[in-house]
Amino acid sequence: MTESQFHRVAERERPSLTLYLDGQAIEARRGDTVLTALLLARHVIRESEFGDGPRAGFCLMGACQDCWVFLDAGGRIRACTTMAEEGLRLVSKVSVP
Amino acid sequence: MTEGGSLRVLIVGAGPAGVRAAETLLKHGVKPTVVDEAPRHGGQIYRQQPDGFKRPPRTLYGFEAHKATRLHQAFDSLKERIDYRPNTLVWNLWRNVAHVAGPKGTDEIPFDALVLATGAMDRIIPLPGWTLPGVYSLAGSQVALKYQGCAIGQKVVFCGTGPLLYLVAYQYKHAGAEVVAVCDTARLSHAAYLMPGLLAGGSTIFKGMWYAAWLKLHGVKVLNGVTPLRFEGTDRVNALRLITGRGGEKTLACDAVGHGYTLKPETQLADLAGVNFGFDTMTRLWLPAIDEYGRSTVEGVYLAGDGASIAGADAAELRGELAALALLKDHGMAVPNARMVALMRKLGRLSRFREALDRLFPVPATDVHAINDEVVVCRCEAITAGEIRHAAHELDAGEVNRVKALTRAGMGRCQARLCGANIAELVAHARAVPLEAVGRLRGQAPIKPLPIALTRKADALWALNRPDEPWSG
Repeated sequence: MTESQFHRVAERERPSLTLYLDGQAIEARRGDTVLTALLLARHVIRESEFGDGPRAGFCLMGACQDCWVFLDAGGRIRACTTMAEEGLRLVSKVSVP
Repeated sequence: MTEGGSLRVLIVGAGPAGVRAAETLLKHGVKPTVVDEAPRHGGQIYRQQPDGFKRPPRTLYGFEAHKATRLHQAFDSLKERIDYRPNTLVWNLWRNVAHVAGPKGTDEIPFDALVLATGAMDRIIPLPGWTLPGVYSLAGSQVALKYQGCAIGQKVVFCGTGPLLYLVAYQYKHAGAEVVAVCDTARLSHAAYLMPGLLAGGSTIFKGMWYAAWLKLHGVKVLNGVTPLRFEGTDRVNALRLITGRGGEKTLACDAVGHGYTLKPETQLADLAGVNFGFDTMTRLWLPAIDEYGRSTVEGVYLAGDGASIAGADAAELRGELAALALLKDHGMAVPNARMVALMRKLGRLSRFREALDRLFPVPATDVHAINDEVVVCRCEAITAGEIRHAAHELDAGEVNRVKALTRAGMGRCQARLCGANIAELVAHARAVPLEAVGRLRGQAPIKPLPIALTRKADALWALNRPDEPWSG
């Protein structure tokens, strides 16, 4: 069970949009970064590649590179410096065939 | 070279230093190119919120609102007249060309002179559990609030040291978030002794004292002289365990932590530009060597603001202007000497203030030396303190680049931004040698990850494929 990590304290009135993580809809607002949108819905965004546990970003300013997430269409984005967009589709796990 | 119009100047960074450098150059007829990673100018401290957000400057920047507004207006009034490239990363420097990646793909920007105003980020000490979800950098916690209107959790602890701890805690509490405690490793017991230096910063120290008093008045625990032990939790943080200043252990329940030990400069581009670095004994960091104007040891390369050494936003504005004036003077243009003298006098006062602040909030290097072997130090590659000590001791690696090669510590995506200083501390301590004896991790391009599609398009490996032509020195 996942709970939200971030918590909105201001700027609540902005147009809403929907992005998808593993097919599940996540409601966000225009101006949210992808990381903000994800962390308002959950507290984990990825697993460390080295098996040492879950991660949820760290520096929040594009320096630590710990919040890269996969796009459904392929490729990756740095969630803290990428704005959430309507219809954006993300996947939390990528299986290597 | 006295024709200002033909001089090609590249400024990296649009924070306080970069903006004032651009303004000064333009005033003297030189149109710079300004490349900045952020979507809007202002840097980290005066970072602007996205379009459509409505909080006024007073809410975002507090006491500094007028300074933030002045800086934003200064750049707004000139950005149409220069080549300004937001959302753009300078990922490599090779001779007098900057390789950039931005919304339109990649580009190369040739320059005659370069002003690096690259800013700073948090300095971090790794503790057990610091990679748990819910633990964020201290300045990042401020970004979440300022840039996104979000708190990093519902019950937040701020932990580490430095004046920013008190400011961010105040901003969180003021915004309605629950702040459990401020846990500062500094004892602040010698504040009175440092007062002459602290007063050299004008009213800043009183603002800091006001934040601390306000927090206590509003029921926030303010603990000084603490030793943080670990972040507890399994798939997210649920507590901070620490030793209080009096020596007892304490557990603070929380669901988020803002963690940071003052700031450190972003020096990756200075490194690629080939400038000399010197070891700074006070902050225990290697810093680019610059003269009092901001000239580096490489001709045509200048540094300004916190990207050169941490001195704060007020100093950054002055240093940006001063570096630009030095640049103009070096290229044969007439500059107002009286203004340069006045800037240096103001900077002298601020540097006395900074020295006192560094003494008031020392980074507790002994806390790095004390971490257990199991603690992850390099979070990109999940390399532990034990692996680093093993390389330093059993494998006899006495230099940090050697330790990196043996362990992969510092080799990950962040390019050792978070772990570099800590690897050096561990290696020096394991070998019982002075910190400066273990050297400094060399920078590598790209300084941040690039999408593969971009690098292909740009023949990114262009410089790297010419082994006969080294990039510097």
